[in-house]
Amino acid sequence: MSALKQRKMDALDARLAGLTAPEGGVWITEARAAARKRLEAMGLPGPRDEYWRFTRPDTLNAVEAPVAAVLDHGDETPVFGEVDRLKIVFVDGVFVAEESDDLTLEGVEVERLAVAASADIHWAKDIYGEIEALGQTPVDRPHAALNTAFATDGVLIRVNGKPSKPISIIYRHESETSDAYLHHVVKLEEGAELTLLENGPAAARFNKVVEVDIADRARFHHVRAQGRDHERRAVTGLFVRQGAESLFKSFTLTANGRLTRNEAYIEMQGDNASAHIAGAALGHGDFHHDDTVFIKHDAENCESRQVFKKVLQKGATGAFQGKILVERGAQKTDGYQKSQSLLLDDDAVFLAKPELEIYADDVACSHGSTSGAIDEDMMFYLRARGIDKETAMDLLVLAFVAEAMLEIEDEGYAEEITGRLEAWLHRRRQG
Amino acid sequence: MLEINNLHVKLEEEDKQILKGVTLTVPAGEVHAIMGPNGSGKSTLSYVLSGRDGYEVTEGSATLEGEDLLDLETEERAAAGLFLAFQYPVEIPGVGNMTFMRTAVNAQRKARGQEELSATDFLKEIRAKAKDLKIDAEMLKRPVNVGFSGGEKKRNEILQMAMLEPKMCILDETDSGLDVDAMKLVSDGVNALRDDNRAFLVITHYQRLLDHIVPDVVHIMANGRIIKSGGPELALEVEKNGYADLKQETA
Repeated sequence: MSALKQRKMDALDARLAGLTAPEGGVWITEARAAARKRLEAMGLPGPRDEYWRFTRPDTLNAVEAPVAAVLDHGDETPVFGEVDRLKIVFVDGVFVAEESDDLTLEGVEVERLAVAASADIHWAKDIYGEIEALGQTPVDRPHAALNTAFATDGVLIRVNGKPSKPISIIYRHESETSDAYLHHVVKLEEGAELTLLENGPAAARFNKVVEVDIADRARFHHVRAQGRDHERRAVTGLFVRQGAESLFKSFTLTANGRLTRNEAYIEMQGDNASAHIAGAALGHGDFHHDDTVFIKHDAENCESRQVFKKVLQKGATGAFQGKILVERGAQKTDGYQKSQSLLLDDDAVFLAKPELEIYADDVACSHGSTSGAIDEDMMFYLRARGIDKETAMDLLVLAFVAEAMLEIEDEGYAEEITGRLEAWLHRRRQG
Repeated sequence: MLEINNLHVKLEEEDKQILKGVTLTVPAGEVHAIMGPNGSGKSTLSYVLSGRDGYEVTEGSATLEGEDLLDLETEERAAAGLFLAFQYPVEIPGVGNMTFMRTAVNAQRKARGQEELSATDFLKEIRAKAKDLKIDAEMLKRPVNVGFSGGEKKRNEILQMAMLEPKMCILDETDSGLDVDAMKLVSDGVNALRDDNRAFLVITHYQRLLDHIVPDVVHIMANGRIIKSGGPELALEVEKNGYADLKQETA
């Protein structure tokens, strides 16, 4: 074993020693064991790993979660507060029944993983850990395997119809030392539709996996706001498998956060499917935000879009690793990828690695990555109309992220997210 | 209204003098035109008055109703009543035209200590004014100047002017890129705003705009100075004989 590999294995051994294997599951036991096996073959990531070139994994690997101060949100109304939805609340990774709604909604089965895991048989068995395992090729995602092996709770959602309202998972961070793992599974049966909302900072350190299985002609919308607790660290994995003519649309807003690594793996297995994934991240100071996306086109005539925008200043770092893989036979693929940063001062960093790997000959794929400052001509034009410098700056920041916001299909949610952005900009101005 | 006295300006980056002692007074209620060859400093004058970065005033002054313009930020000059219709209106993808105008109107009202316009009142007003300039609802919805034709951009400038109701309007080559019909529309928009409490400074290369917006005084600018001032007939003279004669005359 090489010295590098040895270091990864040592890091894993230390971590595993600090964890207790979950007990009491029935159908899930096999999946947990398989994940642990995957993990033991990989080790934990090291700073020399190609996939971790832009982001240091040490605080995500560490045995103890680094202490993270809890933010006092004052009388702020949390995002989606006005939306009619089915609420499921986790505080520091622990389900809170009193604050959650009854888990009943027409057209959907909703259960907690902690409860469902002890059933003898369960529909989730075909998905739990399965899509995550697909996403382990060609690059290792050890934190996701760790999650599958050790998560004891999460939400299992099976959609048969078109529910009248979205399911909303709300996270809260109340303990400075919490270390939370949650694993959600969403299965959309043929022709079904669901909107999943997520918001809030979950814990001092949060490791989350969401596996989404979208059958033919089903549609899944996902809007998340990661919360503005600045001290927290998060690694999240979104693993998606899509059938024919299905739709996947995901948008993430991240404002603040010392460390956020959002990974996504999307595999398009049925023809004529569409996958859109977008994000807007805003940070200043000790802020590190990493979007790592892998889209695999393995069917004909599918379309994918990646649109990521980052607004950075005062030492903040943004990273983007995005790949489109077009497999042999995935003809008529339309792949689009854009990652851009707006650097509000000279002291911000944006690192990007866009990649295309194409084995089919009749495809249209494009990618673009840019970094820029506020456009002086636009600034002057706005100010010449009487708009003060700060307001003009806010307008231009909102304009910069607008293209990512367009990926939110529902105007109401888009407005909620815009409201968050405006509030963040306003607060930044207050100091 | 606007008083410019012995204004000397150079480019900040290179040590190049652009304005070499411009003196000009535009009283309230009047329309003054500045004509001049390329590179004479006409556009620089408009930028310096509105506060664009990159220029350094080395001597002289500029006041609006007695207030020192050069001491104010760009947005403060706008709030004080100065408006520049851009030669090249800037495209701002991602910012809706309507949002932009409402933000501008309310920013100025706020700066003047007035109450902000309600959404309904604003809509009513902008719809009426847009109609006069043949600007349709679609153009108001689109991002600022994005995908607008040359004529649409200039009409959009005049719409902003109509909404902001400035005291002192500077029009920088508003006729460039306009066909005859668009020129008429833009000129009508400007003429409708003419009144005793407002003044205009119209910068142009050509006399034809001045057929539509008839000036009280025409100034000829060359090499960073006003070299001659006169009535509207001066514009006709330039149109006929070019600038060469005038330059020699004053050399």
